[in-house]
Amino acid sequence: MAILEVENVHTYYGNIHALKGISLTVNEGENVTLIGANGAGKSTLLKTISGLLHPKQGMIRLAGEDLAAYQAHEIVGKGVVQAPEGRRVFGRLTVSENLEMGAYTRVDRSGIADGIEHVFTLFPRLKERHNQVAGTLSGGEQQMLAIGRALMARPRVLLLDEPSMGLAPILVQSIFETIVQLHAAGTTILLVEQNARMALQIADRGYVLQTGQIILSDTAGNLRQNEMVQKAYLGMA
Amino acid sequence: MKADKYRFTVPDAMRLGLISGAGAVLVSLVGMVKVFNERGIIAGVVSLGQIMILLILLIAGYIAARRATGGSRWAGLLQGGLAGLAAGACLAALVLLGSVINLRAMFVSASPELYKILTFDQGVVTGAGILLVVSAAVGVAGALLRQLPSRPRRTVIVASVWMLTLGLLQELLRLTLGGDAIRVFRWMFGTGGQKGLSIVGAVLVFAVVAVVHYQWTARNVNPRAWTRSLPPDRQRAVRWGSLALVALILFSLPNILGVYLSEVANAIGLFVLLGLGLNIVVGFAGLLDLGYVAFFAIGAYVMGVATTTAVGTGSGLIVYSPGFNFWQALPLAVLASVLAGVILGIPVLKMRGDYLAIVTLGFGEIIRILAISDFLKPYIGGSQGIVGVGVGQIGSFAFDEPQSLYYLVLAGCLLAAFVSTRLKDSRIGRAWMAMREDEDVAQAIGIDLVKTKLLAFATGAAFSGLSGAIFASKLGSIYPHSFSLLISINALSLIIVGGMGSIPGVIIGALALAGLPELLREFAEFRLLVYGAALMAMMLLRPEGLWPEETRRRELHDAAEGGESEPASEAAVGTN
Ligand SMILES: Nc1ncnc2c1ncn2[C@@H]1O[C@H](COP(=O)(O)OP(=O)(O)O)[C@@H](O)[C@H]1O
Ligand SMILES: [Mg+2]
Repeated sequence: MAILEVENVHTYYGNIHALKGISLTVNEGENVTLIGANGAGKSTLLKTISGLLHPKQGMIRLAGEDLAAYQAHEIVGKGVVQAPEGRRVFGRLTVSENLEMGAYTRVDRSGIADGIEHVFTLFPRLKERHNQVAGTLSGGEQQMLAIGRALMARPRVLLLDEPSMGLAPILVQSIFETIVQLHAAGTTILLVEQNARMALQIADRGYVLQTGQIILSDTAGNLRQNEMVQKAYLGMA
Repeated sequence: MKADKYRFTVPDAMRLGLISGAGAVLVSLVGMVKVFNERGIIAGVVSLGQIMILLILLIAGYIAARRATGGSRWAGLLQGGLAGLAAGACLAALVLLGSVINLRAMFVSASPELYKILTFDQGVVTGAGILLVVSAAVGVAGALLRQLPSRPRRTVIVASVWMLTLGLLQELLRLTLGGDAIRVFRWMFGTGGQKGLSIVGAVLVFAVVAVVHYQWTARNVNPRAWTRSLPPDRQRAVRWGSLALVALILFSLPNILGVYLSEVANAIGLFVLLGLGLNIVVGFAGLLDLGYVAFFAIGAYVMGVATTTAVGTGSGLIVYSPGFNFWQALPLAVLASVLAGVILGIPVLKMRGDYLAIVTLGFGEIIRILAISDFLKPYIGGSQGIVGVGVGQIGSFAFDEPQSLYYLVLAGCLLAAFVSTRLKDSRIGRAWMAMREDEDVAQAIGIDLVKTKLLAFATGAAFSGLSGAIFASKLGSIYPHSFSLLISINALSLIIVGGMGSIPGVIIGALALAGLPELLREFAEFRLLVYGAALMAMMLLRPEGLWPEETRRRELHDAAEGGESEPASEAAVGTN
């Protein structure tokens, strides 16, 4: 069943037509990836889904409900949660405080404590550093924290914007492993990546975005075999 | 920096000396030395003006000695002496230059009195010589201070600060101690109208404080750790006990302080209120508001218009007042400020940083200009303001003079401090913190930015309006010139000095920036200069404020430890 549906969405920055009629769906429990070059409009799409940008045209539905009437903070409450591009942790707060902030929309105290424990089992490194100020974490740890913070809001759909950006290969590997783990545990994921090779290895399905338009969509396996994708995104001759 | 490598450079000491010399020349030429010379610290021996100069020289010697790391004792002393000498040379040059050409054409304060102070009244040539010798000696003293082990050094510094402070406040001490007590303590103060402590008094203060401080640090008592080591019921007893003690002191303060000091306490209290409000907007929520005086003005004007008895059509009267009493007008004043806070908040919702600062700055000016305008003159009095503002009264107890008004101010401050503390730890407090740290992410974790920002503006405005309303009642009249940009700047400075986002910091900041100028009336003239210097010194030496908030303390602490993202300000004070 489709939990997230994006239908013919157009988003503008002033006069710049950044998204030119995007349609995609994410089914419950699926791991869908959106790949595309720098500037293709990936982040713009995630921001539009999150309600941070408003589409001029088109519709976004969560479990059948139109999200147009909701503001960004209400959409988080409904379960569409984003770990933004570039990590953006609260640098002066501790790891634990960052996670607590992630649970801002929740009021169940004991549930929040359990959520933090859950994040700590996913990322033992964060547990070791729970009292450390987030700004002093390494890049990889900050990315873990950004994902953990998003999980604290109990997402129905988790939007990840380039989690591997700027990380050393070994850390990229471990982040992707975590995404696999999250998916296996039942989390629905929309993963935006420039690292198409890795993304297509772990996703169920994929979309290819180019200058604001979806030019291809298929299962991840088929996309990996696709000649155009191989040439343009997987760096094969 | 290698400590084992012996470093001693003449140019380094000279450079330091010249920099401090320039500072000393500056405070002389702007007139501070002369004005402060009126205030004796130790009667007939040394004045505040002289202390200023000496302190600059002392610091030069101290820093010079600190930089001469790893050298012998003598090298450090020599280095300090050189720095002092270089600084003294700048002052001597000023004196010599002043005796040849008339500097007064340009610098009003380059007067014969100034030269007299600088040359110890010994004539130009002899005086300049003495000045050089004294400067070198003070530089050496600074170096000596540096070379003391840290505990006795702290003791010397603390005792000197006490002596200085008591010397400065001697007039108030005499006033406060009153008739009988002063007879007992008379020997501590200068005689025959001379200001300052007597020599015996100064030595005694220094000795007593030094002994107490030295003994106290020997035992290394940390009150907090000590409290924590007690069993829980004793802990609670200690907590309640100290709370009761503070309450008792706060309650009886006006009687201890007397009329004049109560007036000062009230002025400080109103700034605490202002600061607590602005602290919510700037410190908690990170919204730089430079037009904060607007809400203070609105609170004052609502109180004025609603309670004034000077109604009519004549000059200096306004045409209408509902004739409310103080208590009816007070909530109205706060409410009006809150409304204004929201009204200002709405158009600036999308603005950040500098843009927000500029728009709010404009808002503050608009309110002031409206207050002064002829257009609103019939209603709020224009430049003539409003007189006959009502005073608060409970039964037969009227808040109409400093010692009773104190309780009203105190109640306002306690309320504001309580509300601030509770808000800080609440859900909305966390939303403010998230917004301050990163607005976009705050939104992405589900925080309603519109509500959160407006609440910050509204709460801040409420405290400011309360402060303004009490201010109006305290003065009994309102004039538009009371609501200048300077109020906003004062409030902002005090939270920067105290420590952004820190509630005790606001109180410390208000004591320092609103209290000191009241006590040292000479400062008033140089208020802005002192503010500027204080802010710069704070940014360099203690950017987190005097009593920093937890997250900020942590940030600077961690940065220094980890050395990963050392802020620029830290690098600037590094001992290179
Ligand atoms: N705030 C903005 N204002 C104007 N143009 C923007 C803004 N953000 C992104 N764009 C433009 O929109 C397009 C898509 O950007 P983005 O969604 O960030 O791409 P991606 O995330 O795929 O790298 C780019 O051409 C970019 O220049
Ligand atoms: Mg992007």
